Amino acid sequence: MSTIDVRLVEVTKVFGQDVAVDHVNLEVLDGEFFSLLGPSGCGKTTTLRMIGGFEEPTSGLIELNGEDVTWLPPYRRNVNTVFQNYALFPHLTIFENVAFGLRRRKVKGAEIKARVAQMLQLVELRGFDQRKPGQISGGQAQRVALARALINRPAVLLLDEPLGALDLKLRKQMQLELKRIQQEVGITFIYVTHDQDEAMTMSDRIAVMNRGRYEQLGRPEELYERPTTRFVAGFLGVCNLLPGHVDGTADAYALVALDDSTKLRLPLAQVSGSTDVEVGVRPEKVRLLELTDDVPAGANVLRGRVKQTSYTGVSTLYVIERSNGQTFTVYEQNLERAAANSLWRPGEEVAMTWSPDDTFAVRGASTASTADAASGSPSVNETAAS
Amino acid sequence: MSWFRRHPSIAGWLLLAPGILYLLVFYAYPTVQMFLVSLWTGSAASGYTLTWNFGIYASALNQYQDQIFRSIEFGGLATLFTFVLSFPLAYFIAFRGGRYKNILLFLVIAPFFTSFLLRTISWEIIFADNGIVLGPAKELGLVPPTFRLLATPVAVIAGITYNFLPFMTLPLYVALEKIPPSLLEAAQDLYAGTWQRFRRVTLPMALPGVFAGTLLTFIPAVGDFVNAELLGSPQSQMIGNVIENRFEKVSDYPTGAALSFILMAAILAAVFIYARLVGTEQLSGGGA
Ligand SMILES: Nc1ncnc2c1ncn2[C@@H]1O[C@H](COP(=O)(O)OP(=O)(O)OP(=O)(O)O)[C@@H](O)[C@H]1O
Ligand SMILES: [Mg+2]
Repeated sequence: MSTIDVRLVEVTKVFGQDVAVDHVNLEVLDGEFFSLLGPSGCGKTTTLRMIGGFEEPTSGLIELNGEDVTWLPPYRRNVNTVFQNYALFPHLTIFENVAFGLRRRKVKGAEIKARVAQMLQLVELRGFDQRKPGQISGGQAQRVALARALINRPAVLLLDEPLGALDLKLRKQMQLELKRIQQEVGITFIYVTHDQDEAMTMSDRIAVMNRGRYEQLGRPEELYERPTTRFVAGFLGVCNLLPGHVDGTADAYALVALDDSTKLRLPLAQVSGSTDVEVGVRPEKVRLLELTDDVPAGANVLRGRVKQTSYTGVSTLYVIERSNGQTFTVYEQNLERAAANSLWRPGEEVAMTWSPDDTFAVRGASTASTADAASGSPSVNETAAS
Repeated sequence: MSWFRRHPSIAGWLLLAPGILYLLVFYAYPTVQMFLVSLWTGSAASGYTLTWNFGIYASALNQYQDQIFRSIEFGGLATLFTFVLSFPLAYFIAFRGGRYKNILLFLVIAPFFTSFLLRTISWEIIFADNGIVLGPAKELGLVPPTFRLLATPVAVIAGITYNFLPFMTLPLYVALEKIPPSLLEAAQDLYAGTWQRFRRVTLPMALPGVFAGTLLTFIPAVGDFVNAELLGSPQSQMIGNVIENRFEKVSDYPTGAALSFILMAAILAAVFIYARLVGTEQLSGGGA
């Protein structure tokens, strides 16, 4: 399970003046569901196309199963692709579309028949074999594209936003379906998407790409709970960030002093060496207390005033404003307070508290990626420090 | 506007009306008229009467079958050659043309800015027995002194091929240009090398263009008489020359008209057979 299937070494692709992929190093493990996640134009497709052989790297090395394939044409690589627009052959039946790869490899007729039937069953399209691609729905076309690639039993399957053209409901359903099929066939999937929910739901590991490189690579929960850059923190969900500087340690925690010299604790490993950091916490980790309530020992606490509330059923979203104008987003599950009809109201003073273990620090407020993080991501809660 | 919306079928007919009227006046009426002409008997001197003489079809066919078959042969060969020349040309422009596409396409149709007749006459000059091609060739002893290009079937077929080339190139180009690059990549991804990719994807997808191009070339090529007239000899006459002679020179209208209908029937039959062949090929394009 842990042999390396695909390895990219210092892979770079330049189009004219544009650096589309910038010295990327990646190792994808055998049988893994690996996602490349990032905003539009960050180089996901280009990376995938170089692995598939449709694009040659300007420099660097690509290995499949330990073999250098950097210069091999696509038809000499044990890799198949599910194209974004499916690219089914309109002049061939579904059967012939799925059989295409086997026919090119001169597999015998009887075996082709059996394997196509088995594949169409796997993707739940039995009985569609004599239709043409123009006679099936988008979701069905997507399955045909998947079957057509998988039937060749490639070492690696490349998928470029394969669900991009489907509506939300079908997309959710196909996400589960894809994951089921991947586990059933045990083939390595490299999956390109710009949808963080999709990547989180399906992937074993994710590389979050930005401007031609990946900023962080890890399991979905690692990326979500412990993002290391501002961009990753913002791309994977809402997060609260506060600028500060490291100011001593206490037990296994580092202390970070904010602008107003309030101190927050976070795991030592999070700050590793840097002095100027941004401290972050996800909105659902924060609890709201009355100013008079007891705060759990060792917890981080900040005060603020409720500025805005928004009830969403499962939870309530609060925007809390600190005295220096910084705003905080907090999601509170609708438990006792909802039942008691005593949700927080705008204007109320509250204490926000959360565990130091839920606290992370991200690098470089002023790196080049900052602008992207704010624009290309769902929401970075800008801590408008004035 | 709302009146049209409430009467969509009437609106449709109104849109078609000018076209239908045009066809009635300039196609249906003359066709019927010409058919009646073919059933006349008489002579230019004594006048013609309509005698429903269907026998003329048999005698015309009998008398001019050589020219009919030659027309189909020359037209067919010329169509084949335009295809062989055009396919690589259209392929190159569609897939490798890049930003020169429009210029290259313009060059393909550029000869059309000169009259058809003028271009064919210039071929007559180029291929003259001691012209700029054969003159030096004979000087150098590359061909015997009696060698000719003019007044041979080769010259006629070459002339037709040249004159009809764009009719083949343009439809082929349009068909090839429409093929999404992702389909070609998908073929490569599924282990098709260059040849298999061409055979299994590019060619079948270009078939509508091949079909349109062959019809646009073959039909006028079979009926052409200018090339045979200017570049051929009496021995390489095509049916178009005969029809022209019957009408313009000897005023034998019934035979000319009958031959026109025979030609039309022959072309329709050829096209029908061809359509069946291409149609089946398209359906079974993926077979092993
Ligand atoms: N053939 C090409 N010629 C020139 N520039 C290109 C080419 N292909 C991609 N690029 C550029 O490279 C960069 C990365 O493109 P890429 O298609 O990899 O992005 P992406 O991450 O897949 O984006 P999206 O989510 O929009 O599909 C972009 O700036 C794009 O404009
Ligand atoms: Mg892309």
